[in-house]
Amino acid sequence: MTTPEDTTQPILSLRGISKSFPGVRALTNIDLDIYPAEVHSLVGENGAGKSTLMKIIQGIHQKDEGQIIYRSEDISINSPSEAIKLGISMIHQELNSIPEMSISDNIFIGRELSLMTDFFFNQQEQLRQSQALLDKFSLPYKATEKIKHLSVAHRQMIEIIKAVFQQAKVIIMDEPTSSLSEEESQQLFKIIAELKAAGVAIIYISHRLEEVLELSDRVSILRDGEYVGTRTAKNLTRDELVNMMVGRTISQLFPKRQVAIGEPIFEVKNLCRTGVFSDISFSVRAGEILGIAGLVGAGRSEIVQSIFGLDPLTSGTILLNGKEIKIRHPQDAIQHNIAFASEDRKGIGLVMGRSIRENISLPHLADFTRHYFLDQHYEKEETRRISERLKVKTPSINQKVENLSGGNQQKVVLSKGLLKEPTLLIIDEPTRGIDIGAKSEIHSIMCDLAEKGMGIIMISSEMPEILGMSDRIIVIGGGRIRGEFTNANITQEDILHCAI
Amino acid sequence: MNSLLKKHKYNFLKSQNAGLIIFLLVLMLLLSFLSSSFFTANNLTNVIRQVSINGILALGMTFVIITGSIDLSVGSLVAVSGVISGSIIYAHPDAVFTGMIFGILACSALGFINGFLVVKFNIPGFISTLAMLTIARGFALAYADGRPYVLSSKAFKFIGHGYFLKIPIPVWFLIASIIVTGIILSKTKFGRHVYAVGGNALAARASGVRVGAVQLWVFIISGTLAGLSGVILASRIGSGQPAIGTSYEMDAIASCVIGGASLAGGSGSIFGTVMGFIIMGIINNGLNLMNVSSYYQLIVKGAIIALAVILDQAKKKKV
Repeated sequence: MTTPEDTTQPILSLRGISKSFPGVRALTNIDLDIYPAEVHSLVGENGAGKSTLMKIIQGIHQKDEGQIIYRSEDISINSPSEAIKLGISMIHQELNSIPEMSISDNIFIGRELSLMTDFFFNQQEQLRQSQALLDKFSLPYKATEKIKHLSVAHRQMIEIIKAVFQQAKVIIMDEPTSSLSEEESQQLFKIIAELKAAGVAIIYISHRLEEVLELSDRVSILRDGEYVGTRTAKNLTRDELVNMMVGRTISQLFPKRQVAIGEPIFEVKNLCRTGVFSDISFSVRAGEILGIAGLVGAGRSEIVQSIFGLDPLTSGTILLNGKEIKIRHPQDAIQHNIAFASEDRKGIGLVMGRSIRENISLPHLADFTRHYFLDQHYEKEETRRISERLKVKTPSINQKVENLSGGNQQKVVLSKGLLKEPTLLIIDEPTRGIDIGAKSEIHSIMCDLAEKGMGIIMISSEMPEILGMSDRIIVIGGGRIRGEFTNANITQEDILHCAI
Repeated sequence: MNSLLKKHKYNFLKSQNAGLIIFLLVLMLLLSFLSSSFFTANNLTNVIRQVSINGILALGMTFVIITGSIDLSVGSLVAVSGVISGSIIYAHPDAVFTGMIFGILACSALGFINGFLVVKFNIPGFISTLAMLTIARGFALAYADGRPYVLSSKAFKFIGHGYFLKIPIPVWFLIASIIVTGIILSKTKFGRHVYAVGGNALAARASGVRVGAVQLWVFIISGTLAGLSGVILASRIGSGQPAIGTSYEMDAIASCVIGGASLAGGSGSIFGTVMGFIIMGIINNGLNLMNVSSYYQLIVKGAIIALAVILDQAKKKKV
């Protein structure tokens, strides 16, 4: 941020970039110009080639063909550290900070200030400089604070500060808001505006199109590894953008079908977990989708995790088909035919290193056991049936789930819950971080399930999803129910108002 | 049909097992050239009998390692099992069966304590079994007052030295253990739970798996098999020795690792472990036949372990 850049010349230009992996052509002939002081969004469905392209700029992958022109020089980038030296930094979706180290140590890691010789480092000066940066971006922390005490949003901001400190001219952000609340996102946008004012070019990758349109100067679209075009964000509508991304018109993003709603099948009364949430009462009817809205951190996930037995409840009653049940462990919930699809696919949802088949059958192994042994033939048949029904795209159900795309992993999480036709499905952020095609498939699956009389509790941070899918909506804030709406004639503003 | 065959071939060559089998075959071929006495029925029987002690330990270790933990106490448990069964058979030379059962059960109990410490107090397995390594050794030495129980029971001697259908009895124990552990790990609900706990304990819990119970059981299994191994060893050497079994845990861990188990948990198999301990046994045997000094043998063994894991990592990267 020292020398002002000439904003009429691109700082980074890609010309005819192509890349193949064994068996797949990931990128074909991509051109892209990034100017200083612009927010340039890169959009496309999963698998469109965004990540591969960014990895090439980062030096993680090498291009097969084409040129990278950076500050008017034809260069090659062979490693992430070379990229950083050149002034190209990436803020990763999975953050790279070291939890046990302080903010200051994290900012300076790998380029510590030396004290007399390189053997010692100058902690005082590092702390002073980090504190100055923290103050500049108005983050309310001491530089000595350990990273692990920071929220995900703030960790991400520390990563951005680190990039700024490394004199980044181009900062790539990959889905930076995927785990941020509305408020935190706004805070991030403010920082992005400041970076832009200081002449930094931002390459912004997001599935949230509203955000893309609001934030960017220009938007480039990739589809199936090919460059579709670049548009000025101002003159672009969401529908146009979606059409360019998918190459077809998605007539209705939320194919919500009205189904007959039956009797209450599930009810909770006065649920309380000390210090986390209290006084939670609601019910779900057969065929109903109950949306739970609220800001991230409002206690929504905590509530459903306690219902499912992952976390303890301090008090409260749970009724299934009018009868009180006790859930002390997820096993109890599963035995009562309650299924839970977590928002945290990697952490809670799946065993990444095992196969699709083993993941789907894991909660149901008792049903596949005959005389102490697993009936693997039956297991194979059943897991194949459900994964085909949910259209999991894979050459084989013996594929490890870590090799699947986010959308397909989410379908495996769902298959796991749906193998046995549960009475109640609890689904936390059903479509986070997955592409539009998979998104509408998952929504239509949810409608099918409701049609069959299943009760569904859906947590979502995406307002269009909450409004498009729910029959009824409860809003959580500060660990309490702030309001309940029947989904007719209500708006995003009504919900947001209630949540804040 | 042709394409099907091709596909199978492709999968086979890519699989972990293929690498191990090829490695083993190359090793055997090499040794047949280097030593004329290697590829003889006598010698090979001998190798298999020698590996049965470490093999049985490694089978138990496989369970613990797949859950992402480790059992450092098995070497000391071998001694506990030896002195307990030894003391009983020493006093009552006819009570061979009772002696063996008590020796084995004592180790199951110590395995239970290992697991209990892990589950109840949230101590890493590395630490709880490190403590047990010392405690069990001390117990064996104190119990036997530092002296071996020299055993002359003919019936007991049969366990280590006898043959059935021309196959040594220890090998029968090894085969039985392989079959039982192999079936448990690949064909039962519990086996799946072992993999799930090691792959992602939280996801396992959210899928209704009793993670604590699984962790407890793997240590009991490892302890029990250490007990069995100890009894066989006592019979082979004709005495219950309180000082025996030192650093046996390392060979057991090495066998699992050569067989493709990851110390991070979630992967590994009985087949891999079997290949692992056979490869280790054959290397030992080959070096002996070539009169390599035992000092150099240690160096070679260590290098092979490192090489096996390097190859495995390289292959993972390629896929």
